[in-house]
Amino acid sequence: MSLLRHVTLPLIGQNPVTLQILGICSALAVTTSLTTALTMSVALTAVLCASAAIISLIRRHIPSTIRLIVQITIIASLVIVIDELLKAYAFEISKRLSIFVGLIVTNCVVLGRAESFAMRNPVLPSVLDGLGNGLGYSLILMTVGAVREFFGAGTLFGRAVVDLKADGGWFQPLGLMQLAPSAFFIIGLLVWAIRSLRREQIEPADYSLAVKEAGR
Amino acid sequence: MRGGVRAERVHLMASPLALWRQFLARPNDDRVKTYGVAIIVAFACALVISVTSVRLKPLQEAHLAAERSARIEAMLDTLPGMRELMETTGVTALETRMVKLSDGSIASGIDTVSFDAVAASEDPEDSIAIPPDADVAGLKRRENHAPVYLLERDRELMLLVLPMRATGYQSTITAMLALEPNLRTVAALTITGHGETPGLGARISEPEWTALWRGKEIADESGTILIEVVRGGQATGPHQVDGLSGATRSSNAVGAMLSFWLGDLGFGPFLDRLESEGI
Repeated sequence: MSLLRHVTLPLIGQNPVTLQILGICSALAVTTSLTTALTMSVALTAVLCASAAIISLIRRHIPSTIRLIVQITIIASLVIVIDELLKAYAFEISKRLSIFVGLIVTNCVVLGRAESFAMRNPVLPSVLDGLGNGLGYSLILMTVGAVREFFGAGTLFGRAVVDLKADGGWFQPLGLMQLAPSAFFIIGLLVWAIRSLRREQIEPADYSLAVKEAGR
Repeated sequence: MRGGVRAERVHLMASPLALWRQFLARPNDDRVKTYGVAIIVAFACALVISVTSVRLKPLQEAHLAAERSARIEAMLDTLPGMRELMETTGVTALETRMVKLSDGSIASGIDTVSFDAVAASEDPEDSIAIPPDADVAGLKRRENHAPVYLLERDRELMLLVLPMRATGYQSTITAMLALEPNLRTVAALTITGHGETPGLGARISEPEWTALWRGKEIADESGTILIEVVRGGQATGPHQVDGLSGATRSSNAVGAMLSFWLGDLGFGPFLDRLESEGI
């Protein structure tokens, strides 16, 4: 039972995107539609699980002086393999994701979990931790993607769900939702919502404003 | 001390497995182990990537080839009257010929389907170095042969499509240029591939911009190439095209690409031969 904690905790409680604010760059770029968000989520979760497994398996033999570069080499190789697979079997989607699959290498979620968890834990908990963090990232991506695609284009997974004004219906798509800033707004609102419900996530302020004395 | 004794005993056995165990038993901060782990990880990763890449290459190339022909098809659809013309001539697709670029003659014996222009341009046997002052498209080398796609009716050329490429702001831009039978007027331009900055340089592939090229004159009557990309909104005359603001280098590269590939080092000799001798 305690192993399952590794999967459930990063979903909301320790979510890599909303609590640790990691992986924001790709969360902005690929969430204009649910299809790309889902593909990216699957790709990242696969890389996270596989890298966690491999790194955890050889963790006792990774010299600490070169541990980061060994981790990055393994992660980068997995990302290239995933990218090649997408290009071969999901060509259209790989074109829409363009460089962002390749940029999974620089996604802090992956290296962060490798360095802080997989390097110190056995294979099974590491894989479950990778799966949990991947699902946590996916949850946010899918939420943002659903909001942006619905309000921005009136579709979900590319299928029309409301009648667009252009086709004689009532729904006027909100163009802003298809632009990158809207992802910032939605993630910001999500962080606000989660931290309002779970007050333990609120970080203490780094400094407080001093009141200026009158007359000086 | 125990470790040392064991290591010695293992060494005496000297089988590969024992050597491997001995290697793993070394402390992690040991220099041999550090180098060893680095080499093994690098080698294993390289092996995995190479195998995946080689195994998947045919599938990926099939996608790219399908996309290229879809682009040509889409370009044909934008040309007014082209579909009707193809129907009356009874052809469903353009004809592909290999051209020897140096003298513009048709080359036989080269498979057009598997021809890879970039690979050919990197092969010293099958390419020439471009003199730096003539290398406006930033290609460094040019292949000796190139495919051309053409549509003819009664031995008369109706449309000529030329593949070309140039170095853009951060990637290689590939394109197809369709020329009208006078070999000077652009019938259509389509960007078939690029990796320019999304939202900026990437706009060169948008139909709004490529449509600006339609009807432009590449060269004047004497054959001097005059086509150029100018700052957005300032294009005048048949030889100038508005550049994209925020994508100056990418749109200029497209202009340079046309200048290079229609010039003496590109399809120039082929176009001259077409003009004087026909197909």
